[in-house]
Amino acid sequence: MKSLLKLTSIHKSFGAVRALRDVSFELEEGEVHALLGENGAGKSTLIKVITGAHQPDGGRLFVAGNEVAQLTPSKARELGIACIYQQPALFPDLTIAENIGLRLKKTGFLSRVRWADQRTKAVDLLHRIGAEISPDAEVRSLSMPEQQLVEIACALGSGARIVIMDEPTASLTQKEQHLLFKVVRELKQSGVGVVYISHRLEEIFALADRVTVLRDGESVGTNPVDSLTESQLIKLMVGREVSSIYPPAESEAGAVVLSLSNLGCSASGVSGVTFDVRAGEIVGMAGLVGAGRTELARILFGITPADRGEIQLNGSRVSINSPREAIGHGIAYVPEDRRRHGVILEMSIAHNMTMAVHSKLFPGTWLRTKAENLLAAGFIRDLGIKAYGPEAPGGSLSGGNQQKVSVARWLATKPKLLILDEPTQGVDVGAKSEIHKIIRGLAKDGLAVLMISSDLPEVLGMSDRIAVMRGGELVEIIDHKNADAHTVMAAALGTNGKDAA
Amino acid sequence: MNKYFRELTVAAALVLLMLALAVFAPHFFQFQPFISRLTSQMPALVAAIGIALVIISRQIDISIGAQFSMCAVIAGVTAASGLPLGVAILAALGAGALMGALNGLLVAYLRLPSIVVTLATMAIWQEALRLWQQGRLLALPAGIKWFGCDQLTGQTIVISITFILLIVAAWAMKNLAAGRFIYATGTDAEAARLAGIDPQRTTFGVFVLMGILAGLGAVLNLVQSPQIQPNCGDGLELKAIAAAVVGGVAISGGRGTLWGVLLGMLLLANVNPALTHFHQPPYWEKAIQGLVILIAVMADGLRSRKNQP
Repeated sequence: MKSLLKLTSIHKSFGAVRALRDVSFELEEGEVHALLGENGAGKSTLIKVITGAHQPDGGRLFVAGNEVAQLTPSKARELGIACIYQQPALFPDLTIAENIGLRLKKTGFLSRVRWADQRTKAVDLLHRIGAEISPDAEVRSLSMPEQQLVEIACALGSGARIVIMDEPTASLTQKEQHLLFKVVRELKQSGVGVVYISHRLEEIFALADRVTVLRDGESVGTNPVDSLTESQLIKLMVGREVSSIYPPAESEAGAVVLSLSNLGCSASGVSGVTFDVRAGEIVGMAGLVGAGRTELARILFGITPADRGEIQLNGSRVSINSPREAIGHGIAYVPEDRRRHGVILEMSIAHNMTMAVHSKLFPGTWLRTKAENLLAAGFIRDLGIKAYGPEAPGGSLSGGNQQKVSVARWLATKPKLLILDEPTQGVDVGAKSEIHKIIRGLAKDGLAVLMISSDLPEVLGMSDRIAVMRGGELVEIIDHKNADAHTVMAAALGTNGKDAA
Repeated sequence: MNKYFRELTVAAALVLLMLALAVFAPHFFQFQPFISRLTSQMPALVAAIGIALVIISRQIDISIGAQFSMCAVIAGVTAASGLPLGVAILAALGAGALMGALNGLLVAYLRLPSIVVTLATMAIWQEALRLWQQGRLLALPAGIKWFGCDQLTGQTIVISITFILLIVAAWAMKNLAAGRFIYATGTDAEAARLAGIDPQRTTFGVFVLMGILAGLGAVLNLVQSPQIQPNCGDGLELKAIAAAVVGGVAISGGRGTLWGVLLGMLLLANVNPALTHFHQPPYWEKAIQGLVILIAVMADGLRSRKNQP
């Protein structure tokens, strides 16, 4: 077998975060090589290294046996590397043939577009992957799986020998999946190498020849798929000791603060969620990306209001139709991705911290700078925020400190229920454990905390109970005494995985 | 870099211009002409305060010239029909509020792009005026000019109203919850919404305020002459937007102060009189104003590039 792609001891860091450590990976001709790992294990970073979007800090990269020193996205394309993303990146207003034509190698005088040629080639490519769609249809009119097929045709048209598929089945129905599998097998037949990323283990067993598992940025080994069971695979993904750095749970859970019964929202794909959160309790929400955890938080915060089921706060039924109403009910939501909507980087720390308090105010209310700065100074001290003062702009802080500002904004509203969405994502280790201490302290003071996290050790270490979501539904609630990485991961993946535990 | 870097540079440019005039053309500062010039710049400054709020909330309103003309004519017709000046003023402010509310409704609640909405309403008000007034000059009854006072008192009133407005608005932008809503909406509407602020209501309010200020500007313009032209607001939108941009209001929203707008307006408005006093042909006015705007925007571009990681 000829090697199409080979990476040896790749390193990549983002600031203090080491995304990849000594990762090696190889892809052979006609091979489907699955890449597996938890959220944040380093899969996306590895893909970006292969497509030239990220330059590795160390390690070597070979394409078809030749070493490539500086890989850029355009060079990667030239070398026959193509990536098919979950959300196809096509031009919606052009036809399929035009989309494919754009990716074909340009030849001839002034790269003139030969419409007839282009169309013939498009028909050819579509035929080759067995896609029964008209090349003259506008991409806008296609379904998601059809667009993915067009992406694959584009990749082949550009002469790709290495095709990366990033969770290609995430939005496909069963039938469409089978069509895609057929295409993947045909690619394999024609000698193309496929890097296949998926969270669905059954797909990996159905399609892949070998599987490489990443964990915390390190490769834990490459194995032939035949040699593994599902349970062994899960073990490889999560198999680590949960360190004891997490602050101990000391609080006694009090009265029920939030009670959900059969809650759902058809627009965001969440349904049948039933559970309680008590005062003084941290409920961790585990699940894969796209399992509906953030969507549930957005329902509770009134961003996408529920259309089914019931929400009770402190025993009385409420309906929450906007963030304003949610804040009025004593709900606080620290969103995911603080850089986008959590902290306003241009605004000062003090202004950021008082922002959610303002929503309760009449627009004509006089904001007293002194009181505002006093409040901010208090939070800066209590939460240990490293900044030169309340006037410092949010953008001047490190990620961990920005997250603390985001938390402070919500504590200022004196909430009863605090929802945290990935509270320590992209935060360095030191700040991470500080944030954990803060969260535990808040629970001890009687706050009900709902913490969404894709960081499995964090969920295990912090939670009193763990609610696991999958496919928009709450599938299991596990008491922290009975929870370990294996049971939580198995619930999130939807395999029982108990055979070898 | 200082937070008020932009305001300070514009202030420095203005001071330089004034110094040059003081040395080479001291008659620029003769009391009566100086006051007259300042008074004539006040209506545009009022409009510029409004447009600054609109731009800070990350919207634009190019219908303000047409709103201004419409308010002026409505006030003029009201006054000409024999009603007291107070009623005419209220009619102008009310008409402005209604026109602003229409823009606000379309932009904030129907989520239409403000540049298209206000382009359309600009055309509608302009054509409506043309149809209604047929381009006639509207003579105003006595007792309107300078609020029925002597010229100097009238000028003092116009200047005072404008500066009181400026001081109150600048204070409010800093110290009232509403001001914070405007900045937050303009910087990141989604973040504002997540923090419980209502960006739609904020945007709507800003457009209504813009309309009212266009009406006030029209009134302050009306009292300066014995008659009004139904196209007196033509070109005002560009003047006001230019003043805001030169004064450091970021066209991308969320940043800027009203003091900057004052400085920007004074700098741009004094290009023409300065040319006259330096005995240069006035044709250079627009070119120099354009250059000032370009320099301001380039400075912003350079600064934001430097701030990028």
